Amino acid sequence: MAFADDWRRVRAIAWKDLTTERRSKAGFNGVVALGVTILMLFGFALGPDTQAIRDAAAGALWLAALFAAVLAFNRSYQVELESGALDPLLLYPGSRWAIFSGKLLANLSFVGLMLVIVVLVGIVLFQVTIPAAWPALIGVLVLGAIGICTLGTFYASMASRSRAREVLLPLLLFPMLVPALLAAMQASKALLGGDLMHEADAWIKLLIAYDVIFLIATHLAFEHVIEA
Amino acid sequence: MAEPTSDFAIDATGVARRFGTRWVLRGVTLQVRSGETVGLLGSNGSGKSTLLRILATLLRPNAGSASIYGHDIVRAPDEVRARIGFLAHEPGLYEDLTAEENLRFAATMLGSQGAGTAATEINAALARVGLTHAARERVRGFSAGMARRLAVARLLLGRPQLLLLDEPYSNLDAEGIAMMSGVITEIVQRGGAALVVLHELAPAAGILSRTLTLRDGRA
Amino acid sequence: MSTQSTSWVPPRAGRWPLFGAFTILFLIAGQVLGLTQSPADRDMGDLEKIIYVHVPAAWVMSVTFAIVMFYSLRYLWKRDERDDLAAAAAAEVGTLLNGLTLALGMIFGKPTWGVWWAWDARLTSTLVLFLIFIGYLSLREFVDDPERRAQWSAAVGILGAINVGIVYMSVRWWRTLHQMQSSPETVDATYVLALRVNAFAFLFLMIYFVRRRYESLCLVRAADHAAEAAALRGA
Repeated sequence: MAFADDWRRVRAIAWKDLTTERRSKAGFNGVVALGVTILMLFGFALGPDTQAIRDAAAGALWLAALFAAVLAFNRSYQVELESGALDPLLLYPGSRWAIFSGKLLANLSFVGLMLVIVVLVGIVLFQVTIPAAWPALIGVLVLGAIGICTLGTFYASMASRSRAREVLLPLLLFPMLVPALLAAMQASKALLGGDLMHEADAWIKLLIAYDVIFLIATHLAFEHVIEA
Repeated sequence: MAEPTSDFAIDATGVARRFGTRWVLRGVTLQVRSGETVGLLGSNGSGKSTLLRILATLLRPNAGSASIYGHDIVRAPDEVRARIGFLAHEPGLYEDLTAEENLRFAATMLGSQGAGTAATEINAALARVGLTHAARERVRGFSAGMARRLAVARLLLGRPQLLLLDEPYSNLDAEGIAMMSGVITEIVQRGGAALVVLHELAPAAGILSRTLTLRDGRA
Repeated sequence: MSTQSTSWVPPRAGRWPLFGAFTILFLIAGQVLGLTQSPADRDMGDLEKIIYVHVPAAWVMSVTFAIVMFYSLRYLWKRDERDDLAAAAAAEVGTLLNGLTLALGMIFGKPTWGVWWAWDARLTSTLVLFLIFIGYLSLREFVDDPERRAQWSAAVGILGAINVGIVYMSVRWWRTLHQMQSSPETVDATYVLALRVNAFAFLFLMIYFVRRRYESLCLVRAADHAAEAAALRGA
């Protein structure tokens, strides 16, 4: 009963955030454009040697996605802070983790969609040949996005309400994401290269462990963070 | 644990709060009984809004204690939240959602209700605040007065016992003022109570049981 | 909650200065032991002596971050603001030791690998940890409300501490796919005694620093509370 109520709240928040994003498309378009711009800049930094660009594709893709996603996380709380909507949100009954889950789901959809576009552009720009194991590659994208969004949504709930939020979010978030990014980059790189050394498997397992550990930890910690 | 009961809708003792080194409240003691509508007056920066936010569990006091219907605001915030209807100065609405969507979101967040009853309640609330005609419009286009009306409609969905209202009359036209007074009177007469922050007495004069003035952070 | 947190007396220095003096003497003895008693390394000569600071600092740093984790959890559980101050004190000392580890690691690395930074697994994960706790300390600077600061930094401290193991594992894998891990575990048995003595010296030093920093943080908060009480009585 209580859980069913909380699950309805999760969906309501995700729906509300996504509807707001859908109706003000400027945000999404801007974030995608930024992702593509960063990809292009990586191309300038690494190219024009085709082989060098290909080798660095996985890393460049994940970093472009990360920098673009950071903007989405602060936006996610801006909606609440702009018109004082956080007050009513905190006064509703129910579990606090439901607010976090809802925002996380919305951010995952937002970042996921952005990632699809950035990856497609990246495949063209970095002259990537799509490997036979492409379903595994999609799995890595999903797991990596979950890791980035879980901690991003969590830290943005603090950073967006502090002084200097533009600095604080990446400062807190990026070092924490090192294992997830390393695993996602290495797994993607291995899969793009045909995974001859069978490295991808270990990285995917690490990514799963990272996601599970931090999904649990952030859901437990969120109530302390949002109430303060 | 036994259900705490209290004659007092609000029972606050020595509530104090500071921001940085500035003491906004220096120990406010006040009681509001069921059936009372109390006006809270005071100049700008006298701590009216801060007191209201503390009673609404949105801020912690630095000192002192308060309970709402016997439930401590710090130790039992969920119990307090289930009983209050808090209207902040900012409406707290989602501008890219329509009026109806805002209320549907609030109804879902408030808890278990069938979709049918929720729709009925939402329509009733919209009618009560006179916004039926704008139900499907996005809040971004609303005037400040319309946004306040919608915030009142959201407050009604929670079926509050105790109203904590921060300058509820600002931006409202004559008809809106009458509606606001009507809503307050209705809830208070049903056995509720209200603490209303006012910057001028006039619009609420007819419905107040008494007034309190905050001066130097004390009541 | 905030009302109950005001009802504590700041801890006194007591015999801690004595402990501090003992620690300094112990540390000097440990360093002298390391510098004079262990033979110069075949490859690195006397540069090897760096390990008597580098390795103990690295070990004790891990202990310090475990203390941050412990007090952060305890704060969320008991909501006693002194636990938050203890976590903050430990984080500051831990970050200091972490910086020392990094600097000495680089100095050690230059003649060993020919470069200041070789992306060695231990050193690299130490850098990540350093940045995580720089984030923790920055958060404390950027948030003014003491209760909010306490709750937020507890969450950040716990998540950061959870991540330590995962970071180390990921960086090690990243390295081992390319080359064998370079490790200071080839330490000769003759060095072990000096290393142990210095490890304890650093442990005591850390405890002493954390304790004194904790006392000073408590004094600052207690002064706040006293000003609070005075402001409420007067005027």
